[in-house]
Amino acid sequence: METLIFVIFAALAVGSGVVVVVHRSPIYATLSLVLTLFSMAVLFVLLGAPFVGAVQILVYAGAIVVLFLFVIMLLNVQQEEGAHARRSAQLVAAILGAIVFLGMFWLAFRQTTLRAPGPLTEELVSLKGLASALFTDYLLPFEIVGLLLLVAVIGATVAARRPGAETNAPQDDYVAEDPSSGPVLPREVRS
Amino acid sequence: MSVPISWYLLLSAVLFAIGAIGALTRRNGISIFLSIELMLNAANLTLVAYARQWNQHTGQIIVFFVMAVAAAEAAVGLALFIAVFRQRRTIDVNRMNLLQG
Amino acid sequence: MNSDLIVTLIKYAVMFAVFINVAPIMVWVERRGAGLIQDRPGPNRVGPIGLFQPLADALKFMFKEDVTPALVDKPLYLIAPVLALMPAFTTLVLIPFGPTITVGGRTTPLVVTNADTGVLLFLAISSLGVYSLVMAGYASNNKFSLIGSIRASAQLISYELALTVSVLAVLIPVNSFRLTDVVAYQQRYGWNCLPQILGCLVFLIAAFAETNRLPFDLPEAESELIAGFHTEYGAMRFALFFQGEYSNMAALSALGATLFFGGWSLPFIHYPHNLLGAVLGLLTLVAKIAIAMAVFVWVRWTFPRFRYDQLMRLGWKFLLPLAIVNLILVAALTVAGVLKPLNP
Repeated sequence: METLIFVIFAALAVGSGVVVVVHRSPIYATLSLVLTLFSMAVLFVLLGAPFVGAVQILVYAGAIVVLFLFVIMLLNVQQEEGAHARRSAQLVAAILGAIVFLGMFWLAFRQTTLRAPGPLTEELVSLKGLASALFTDYLLPFEIVGLLLLVAVIGATVAARRPGAETNAPQDDYVAEDPSSGPVLPREVRS
Repeated sequence: MSVPISWYLLLSAVLFAIGAIGALTRRNGISIFLSIELMLNAANLTLVAYARQWNQHTGQIIVFFVMAVAAAEAAVGLALFIAVFRQRRTIDVNRMNLLQG
Repeated sequence: MNSDLIVTLIKYAVMFAVFINVAPIMVWVERRGAGLIQDRPGPNRVGPIGLFQPLADALKFMFKEDVTPALVDKPLYLIAPVLALMPAFTTLVLIPFGPTITVGGRTTPLVVTNADTGVLLFLAISSLGVYSLVMAGYASNNKFSLIGSIRASAQLISYELALTVSVLAVLIPVNSFRLTDVVAYQQRYGWNCLPQILGCLVFLIAAFAETNRLPFDLPEAESELIAGFHTEYGAMRFALFFQGEYSNMAALSALGATLFFGGWSLPFIHYPHNLLGAVLGLLTLVAKIAIAMAVFVWVRWTFPRFRYDQLMRLGWKFLLPLAIVNLILVAALTVAGVLKPLNP
């Protein structure tokens, strides 16, 4: 049963992962990333991390990827001609990718001890253990991540602000309907 | 019966390689970002798999931090794309060459 | 088939029956309610006081011609309405609808899945609902639909923050993510809406925004965007969006009722742990959902729509800080021992 679930969702993750990389339309690529994230969440649950799985869907699929979609629609990014790099560059990338893969493959199968994990323990799955580890041993990194997010929020607000924008009305959120920025036009006729 | 951890590591290696190839070959800024998210997720899978193997929470906790950093990266990166798009009407990374000598 | 599976299926069927009937009933309630508030009769031709209006509407949806516009993005256009139903009909498995009952020597809690990560899972799944709106608007190849989608994506992630923070405050004294524990806590210490009135208020306002109801129906905004993201949809596909909207309202109402208003329980009354208790629990929950839905209708026909920048300002500069203040307040009260934890 567990093996079956693993195989289904691993195949789904790889398949949609390939679509993310090769599909020319950014919307389709982003939506198949959601599918990848969802399959990964299922695998996290399978690995005894239900909380991480839920957070993965809530934060990644529910917020970060929606932000991508928002920007794609706001800038009206279309599928462009020749979205990919030149042939030679693709070859180099493929070779590098293969090297990365083989390196990780070797690391994964070098240690024979990894092949038989013990049964899931209550302690690993429970939220209490996770929370007490996060808020005692890892308290400092946790605080630093909070600071990082604050800096990111301020940075993003400053970066996306239109030069010379008034502080009062219309805010940056309004950009979608402003004719001077991203043109919102129907897509052309496709054959 | 439970799935050997090495299978998860293998899956993670496959996804990481796919993401790496995507990040190297795409020219659209958004697509590069998507490929990077794929690589981060592959890394997350490895961390959770090792957490399962050694029965410790450390791996899962690092995944939280990775997610938070990914969120920060997405927010700042997309804001930069919006700013660049305003100036240059494109987010093709090959055309962001203002600083090229 | 093993008997655990059958019990689970029965429990799911009960909740499914409640949620699937929300839309037809609400068709009537919404239009009669609008009539009442606007001092006009509302639908009154089909059946006594228009009671068979939903039936007539359903027939109309089924027999209408199913038009797919020529230049839509076919796959996304077809998937989007189906996805609109997904969050509500998935999250209903997490809502407890009665006490733990013993029937025929088998003891079972009246909730389909009593997941460890209950509330978090609920929020995670309902946060996926935005994809249906985004896909519909993008696939329609219509500028009004696209603007509707852009608004929807920004609005939903903005208000989700305030909603999540107000929900987290409830969980601090309860000490658990399980919704059954939230109900048990309120049975012992009284409804959460009293000590957490701030959080309750934030949740209520954010729920309106999350379900795209007036005064926050910017993604549809019929006076500006025709019908927003579902402009290009007709017949049964439109009906699916319609059903999705009402089911999502019911799901959020059920979550709100469970978090702040005691869920299936009433104060000072203990339901028996048998079938009678199950029926009473379910009826109590349904009554609470019905009251919440009536509030949705009442607000819809009373308030005008917000402007987009006003919506964003309200979400980020008012609701989110308020939710955070509430979170800190509740945490402080719990540490000080004013709010007692469930399992100290």
